[in-house]
Amino acid sequence: MTTATTTTGTRAVKGSVGSAHTRVEGRDKVTGAARYAGEIPFAELAHGWLALSTVARGRIRSVDTAPVLAMPGVLAVLHHENAPRVDTDYVGLLGTPDPTAAVFQHDRVPHMGWPVALVVAETSEQAREAAEALVVHYEQEPHDVAFSADRPDAYPLDNFGPAVTQKGDLETGLAASAVVVDAEYTTPEEHHNPMEPHAATALWDGGRLEVVDSNQGTFWVASEIANMFSLDPASVRVRSEHVGGGFGSKGLRAHQVAAVMAATVLQRPVRVIMTRRQMFSLTGYRSPTTQRVRLGADADGRLRALDHSSLSLTSTVHEFIEACAAPARVMYDADAHHTANRLVRLDVPTPTFMRAPGEAPGSFALESALDELAEKCGIDPIELRVRNEPERGPVSGLPFSSRNLLACFREGARRFGWADRDPRPGLRRDGRWLLGTGTAAASFGAGAGPSTAAVTAEADGTFTVRVNAADIGTGARTALTLVAADALETTPDQIRVHIGDSDLGPAMIAGGSTGTRSWSWAVMIAAGELRERLALNTGIPPEGITVRSDTTAAIGALSRKERHSFGAQFAEVAVDPATGEVRVRRMLGIFAAGRIVNPLTARSQLVGGMTWGISMALHEEAVRDRATGGHYGADLAGYHVASHADVPHIEADWVDDVDPDDPVGIKGIGEVGIVGAAAAVANAVWHATGVRHRNLPIRPDRVLTAGGHA
Amino acid sequence: MKEFAYQRALDVSGALALLDADPDARFLGGGTNLVDLMKTGVERPTRLVDVRELPLDRIEVPADGGLRIGATVTNSDLAAHPEVRRRYPALTQAVLAGASGQLRNMATVGGNLLQRTRCGYFADVTKPCNKRVPGSGCPAVEGEHHNHAILGASAHCVATHPSDMGVALAAFDAVVSYETSDGPGELPLAEFYLPVGDTPHRETALPPGALITGVTLPPAPVAAHSRYRKVRERASYAFAIGSIAAALDVRDGVVQDVRLAFGAVASRPWRARTAERALAGAPADAETFAAAADAELAAAKPLPHNGYKVTLMRNLVVAVLTELAEETAR
Repeated sequence: MTTATTTTGTRAVKGSVGSAHTRVEGRDKVTGAARYAGEIPFAELAHGWLALSTVARGRIRSVDTAPVLAMPGVLAVLHHENAPRVDTDYVGLLGTPDPTAAVFQHDRVPHMGWPVALVVAETSEQAREAAEALVVHYEQEPHDVAFSADRPDAYPLDNFGPAVTQKGDLETGLAASAVVVDAEYTTPEEHHNPMEPHAATALWDGGRLEVVDSNQGTFWVASEIANMFSLDPASVRVRSEHVGGGFGSKGLRAHQVAAVMAATVLQRPVRVIMTRRQMFSLTGYRSPTTQRVRLGADADGRLRALDHSSLSLTSTVHEFIEACAAPARVMYDADAHHTANRLVRLDVPTPTFMRAPGEAPGSFALESALDELAEKCGIDPIELRVRNEPERGPVSGLPFSSRNLLACFREGARRFGWADRDPRPGLRRDGRWLLGTGTAAASFGAGAGPSTAAVTAEADGTFTVRVNAADIGTGARTALTLVAADALETTPDQIRVHIGDSDLGPAMIAGGSTGTRSWSWAVMIAAGELRERLALNTGIPPEGITVRSDTTAAIGALSRKERHSFGAQFAEVAVDPATGEVRVRRMLGIFAAGRIVNPLTARSQLVGGMTWGISMALHEEAVRDRATGGHYGADLAGYHVASHADVPHIEADWVDDVDPDDPVGIKGIGEVGIVGAAAAVANAVWHATGVRHRNLPIRPDRVLTAGGHA
Repeated sequence: MKEFAYQRALDVSGALALLDADPDARFLGGGTNLVDLMKTGVERPTRLVDVRELPLDRIEVPADGGLRIGATVTNSDLAAHPEVRRRYPALTQAVLAGASGQLRNMATVGGNLLQRTRCGYFADVTKPCNKRVPGSGCPAVEGEHHNHAILGASAHCVATHPSDMGVALAAFDAVVSYETSDGPGELPLAEFYLPVGDTPHRETALPPGALITGVTLPPAPVAAHSRYRKVRERASYAFAIGSIAAALDVRDGVVQDVRLAFGAVASRPWRARTAERALAGAPADAETFAAAADAELAAAKPLPHNGYKVTLMRNLVVAVLTELAEETAR
């Protein structure tokens, strides 16, 4: 894979932000010196292994602990009859907790792979062998895992926005339209599969609970643990120094809670690590979706009616909705505009936030439908988007803080060679391969969460920045070093940044593409005040001068606007109609995402998102076995992600995206890279073959069965 | 994970003796499949007898042509061997189409033949599987089977054999040599894998405790003009959903000699003898190739979700034989 790019933009880079820097902890990572949660040594460490249910619904009748307790090295078996009680009746940062993490509280089994016991032993191998030998008797009940568009028990659910938005009369709008697209799209169950599995060690140290973990926000996880175990928040410390990927899956999960329970019962440090297979049922996932999109337009492509209706699933114990209809509320306007997110509860694990929740699957449906409309109208897909560029938020009516979507399309079209494209499908051939190109738009919200920071001017002239950021592999530590260097008008080598420790205080999590924006804001405020203090030239005492900040008020004072990053995705694919193989030959993504802090890691993150988009378009799919209610092939041999050979050439770059009224200027790029990518690939497959693929992934068998121009 | 003993065997008789002494012991080659199965609890050996250091790591060229490949030759070394590349190119291509570089550096020829199916029900001890627990049932027939067998399967098991290498070996009439404590033996690959029937847990005709010592390929001039094509759901590092090993000798537009074997369609590498018979002496054109494929696939019994494999294999036969024929014509 190569990423040859030239960054656009004519403004000269002053200071550190905007120029490429390798990760400050890069050397530690490539030499193995950086330690991850599952490999940090502790004296007297005991090892816990989760035992998961083997039925999809029912009750635990009994747990045969005696034979397992007699096995070598086994110290304890925690289950619903003897585990410490916890509280789930609270509202945390992201709402009420998913009871899946509140392990061993009752005898109900709501899905296959539900945690039923933790076996603790002297070694990890002993714990695993005993956990796998543990016999649990169930009263099994019939389960229902059948997800389909026609579920009569589906219901609308609000999440961060309303479940349903509507203006104008849809049927009238569609009836008055010269051209109508009405299509159903589906996306499968998808999993985060971060490289580093979930792992935590819990220990009591001088009356304080310490948890060494891999997560996306230590203050968040610490407060969840404090709530759940009814502890004084000050008596819980969670650290998470290096994280091998999270993508939304690394919040409070069964492993931390089980480890805390065992450490409390045994009064020893206890580590719990999940296997890849356990992660499939315990760490959340992206719900499968069925989506219906109806577009009505005049012959010139101008939309009169837009309807995006989405159905996703959740467990019987917790509500999480994949809000696929949300992007339509930002992207396109129409006199008749209708969006709805509905949910159905099944005997399955609880889904959760996964990279671009809502937007990733939602953009597949919406941006595929736009391509279908362009085809029907005989209009270039980019021109169609130009004609439907809204002035204000289609649903909110609010102005955009900045919206440079068309600049992305213009720059992308220029670089991709879009002007030479023959719009007719099924015409280009290279040996056994049919070739095609496609495009799609991307957007993701640019939000921020309240954060605190402390910046210290040390007596030796250097600076220490304390902000409870989480670096989940994106380069946050490095980005904050650059932001601090500029805010303090010094060079990055004068800055030390401490992150990933709940004792550093409250800060936004690494999620929702808000991390860098939120943390940078806090650092900039503290650094700015510190610079004013230093300007007084009163000298620096031995303990240094520290200034603290809290962005709560500043975030509250932001004017109400539609704040989003945008992007234009381009893909070229090759399809062998004889075998159904689809290969992406090249991809280009151009983004408008505010100020880019570190072009090196930003490009990696965008390319990573686009790569995932290829994966989503062609490979990723968790298969649920209806008979057992569990997964089929829940490992990385069965769940395919794109291999290197699937990702030949990806370019990511950005255009200027300035909002002079924004105090930070940073928008966040964690998610926008995946948005629209699958649609661009699917649209290219249509251009290659003349066949629309509305069900992901576009597997060889689907291509073969669908036929097309051979 | 169950505790197990590990011993390295230094000679064949020592390896056989160690296995005879412990019926729950397993030979360990590269471990690229066995160790995974141990982690998931599918295999629970008491003892691993490491045979990688046995003096079976040579590839020899007998005077009559052909090849003798030692059982512990790594997949990487087999693929790279100049005589394999020159005289059996489809074998090199098949091996290189499998796994990853790291795995091929570890995996052995003997182990490759004995690897287990990647059926997701077989690999998951919480689910029924007749191959893993005889009589427990086959959920794939009614459940997930979009990459399961269309040929030679039974109601008891529809799993496929995952090997790429084995498909090329099947096309080239490989013979498997083995040793037991009672002496040596040989099995043509066509008889090496047992029919599924109602005993899917019995996969090979090897006697209990036997150690594969090598594979012999008889001389086959046609094999010098051969190809392996593998179709999978991503470009690399995935098992086939359909593959083909083909060798073709065409003179004056007429098929003189042909070898065809299919992968990922049956419980074993599937030698397509019906198609070969239909092709022998026939004109080397796409119509004949398609008719031959149809003759072979007439026996296919696809399930509701794997019928595409019939189309896929037919298209592969036509595509690869056409390529080979065109190259001959040049």
